[in-house]
Amino acid sequence: MVATLVRLRLLVLRNSLKRSPWQLVAVIIGGLYGLGLLVGVLAGLIALAFAPVELTSTVLVLVGAVVVLGWIVVPLFAFGIDQTLDPARLSVFPVPLNTLLAGLTLSGVLGVPGIVTAIAAVATAASWIRSPLAAVAAVIGGLIALLICVVGSRAVSALSTTLQSKRRFRELGGVLVFIPIILLGPIVIGLGRTLAVSAEQLPEIARIVGWTPFGAPWAVAADVAIGDWVPALVKLVIALATLALLLVVWRAALAAALVTPPASGAKRVAKGKTGMFGLLPATPAGAVAARALTYWRRDPRYARQLITVPLVPVLLWFYSANGSGEWIFTLTGPIIAFFLGIALYADISFDGTAFATHVADGVRGIDDRLGRIGALAVISVPLVLLGTIVPVAVIDAWDRLPMLLGLSAAALLSGFAVVSVSSARIVIPVPQAGDNPFKSAPGAGFTTALSGFATWGIVMLLTIPAVVLAVLSLALDSALFGWLTLAVGLGLGGGLLVLGLRLGGALLDRSAPEVLSRLKSLRSAA
Amino acid sequence: MSDPSAPALQLNRLSKRFGDKIAVNDLSLTVPTGSFYGLVGPNGAGKTTTLSMATGLLRPDAGQSLVHGIDLWREPLKAKALIGNLSDGVKLFDRLTGEQLVTYNGLLFGLERAEVAERVADLLRLLDLEQAAGTLVVDYSAGMTKKIALACALVHAPRLLVLDEPFESVDPVSAANIRDILAGYVQNGGTVIVSSHVMDLVQRMCDHVAVVANGQVLVAGTVDEVRGDSTLEDRFVELVGGRTHAEGPEWLRRS
Repeated sequence: MVATLVRLRLLVLRNSLKRSPWQLVAVIIGGLYGLGLLVGVLAGLIALAFAPVELTSTVLVLVGAVVVLGWIVVPLFAFGIDQTLDPARLSVFPVPLNTLLAGLTLSGVLGVPGIVTAIAAVATAASWIRSPLAAVAAVIGGLIALLICVVGSRAVSALSTTLQSKRRFRELGGVLVFIPIILLGPIVIGLGRTLAVSAEQLPEIARIVGWTPFGAPWAVAADVAIGDWVPALVKLVIALATLALLLVVWRAALAAALVTPPASGAKRVAKGKTGMFGLLPATPAGAVAARALTYWRRDPRYARQLITVPLVPVLLWFYSANGSGEWIFTLTGPIIAFFLGIALYADISFDGTAFATHVADGVRGIDDRLGRIGALAVISVPLVLLGTIVPVAVIDAWDRLPMLLGLSAAALLSGFAVVSVSSARIVIPVPQAGDNPFKSAPGAGFTTALSGFATWGIVMLLTIPAVVLAVLSLALDSALFGWLTLAVGLGLGGGLLVLGLRLGGALLDRSAPEVLSRLKSLRSAA
Repeated sequence: MSDPSAPALQLNRLSKRFGDKIAVNDLSLTVPTGSFYGLVGPNGAGKTTTLSMATGLLRPDAGQSLVHGIDLWREPLKAKALIGNLSDGVKLFDRLTGEQLVTYNGLLFGLERAEVAERVADLLRLLDLEQAAGTLVVDYSAGMTKKIALACALVHAPRLLVLDEPFESVDPVSAANIRDILAGYVQNGGTVIVSSHVMDLVQRMCDHVAVVANGQVLVAGTVDEVRGDSTLEDRFVELVGGRTHAEGPEWLRRS
């Protein structure tokens, strides 16, 4: 049965590669990248065999802990969680739970990241080759660490799915819950930086990390190598207990997921309450904006776009507090503007085949564009203004305000302009409405990243004039250039926006049926 | 403006190919104004593809769709304003409540706010959805979803209704109500074209019928012309073929 599950995983992978040559390219690039990484890691591990024991253990424990942390945290906000073997779809088959756990774990290892981690984890034995007992301990510790990685990431994924199946969490809350987890990274880095400004403290940090669930499996071999048997044993127990705990959590979450159908709990409002539709203008564009705003509130896939917003000031404040200069903190507004402006560069993909409504109702392209951008503006303009003005007030740098407002306007308006065109053209696989917003959609990945980066690049190009003026105003300490930045940011950005709306509208008028066909083919692939 | 003497819908030699598969092959069909037209055919016959091309959701490789004389693919906005469309196999904006969804469609067609509110109230009452007006459409049952989609198709008072599988999963009482609404609509000069698998329903409800298979019209005309002396179902099986008289495999008969 375990073998069947693993075969299923590989079969799904093969079929999805057959469908999309781009994904094949992505897997090959990922494989080559993994191979290169592996060669580097193996060389490093062998080199460590000739280093002092303390250096070897410090490097292995710290890097190992980061790897474990990465496995568990990264899928939550970066790449989504691979759900090729979605437990919900397997629930109709009489598969014993433990068999399912084993099958899902094994298929979790069988990917580029899993294989690289597995080989590297076992290869840590090479670093301890001078002490054969430590080498054996390294293999055992490495395998436990590998299991912690895979089981940990699955447990978090299953847990998030369980939370998602409750309506309250499926809406905004489902996303908010993960903000602290995502901020964990910067917080840990921040603590690390303030604690360890100099390299001499790293061994001490490694000693502490070695006692945590992330570092323990890697630290066992280090203790064995210097003959500290008791700490080695305790760390082995910590590692095993971590694995056991994660297994219990995962098992419980999976058991819950198998009997809880994804949709449940009806929410209703009184008849006659049409919400945004009663507030915004009763025109086609107004209706599109009202629909989009309603989705911003009810659909976590939209709310997910806002996750970066609290992240930006925290990170920037942190950098400026670490001596990079206060002015970095004042960039909060422009950076938020940059991210929010292009947040929905593939907006229509989120509609899915519901976009058929717009095609069938004969919505003019320009109305569709205006409505979507209008809704985005309602969300993003207040946030960007806050992000621009508050930091200026905090560090009392009011003379910089015109320049910063100019930068924000340039980034936001150029973003709107580019998105007006790109979202009429780019259709990418996204999680369906009601799915876990952190799930990676089938076939996503490389093409999505490519179109995303292209959009970013274009927006960056369009903001160059404002950026140049802003740099001049900083360098010359000139108020005039600050005001010029504002004028150019608003003027050029506004002009670009009008152009973008027209181009995007015309594009949609020409090709709406084709866009719908592509959305349909994505749907059937899912 | 639309030509009053033109048929409600005229499809001229529509064709569509997906990769190697020809879904619709040189299909022509005329739906007279004021008719209640049934489109029947086996699974994969090309019914949905045909209706999608007729209503502007799918661009044909070749051919024309004329809605009351207006070439849909040349003047899409003008033609689409005349059509009420219920398509099969696409989602709705289901994070809206039923009331919001119908309101949304009304506003997209450019109706006034007060007008929309009045029509939405009428439609919800007519389709027995008043109780569910404030519930998100994603929480609707399959039958309720069909009904709200029908309300969306009706809200702008179209001259031609194109309904793809409108009775699928709808309970018998609601189906009867929908039939009454559609019959009244046809009596007042509207035109309806429905696709369906249920021959019996088409025979009772429609005055015209076309049988489609392999992307072509096998026969079209009034229901009486098409069925002759037999029932529509027998005539359909005779035309389309493929009926087997097996009892299923031996292992399936044991239980």
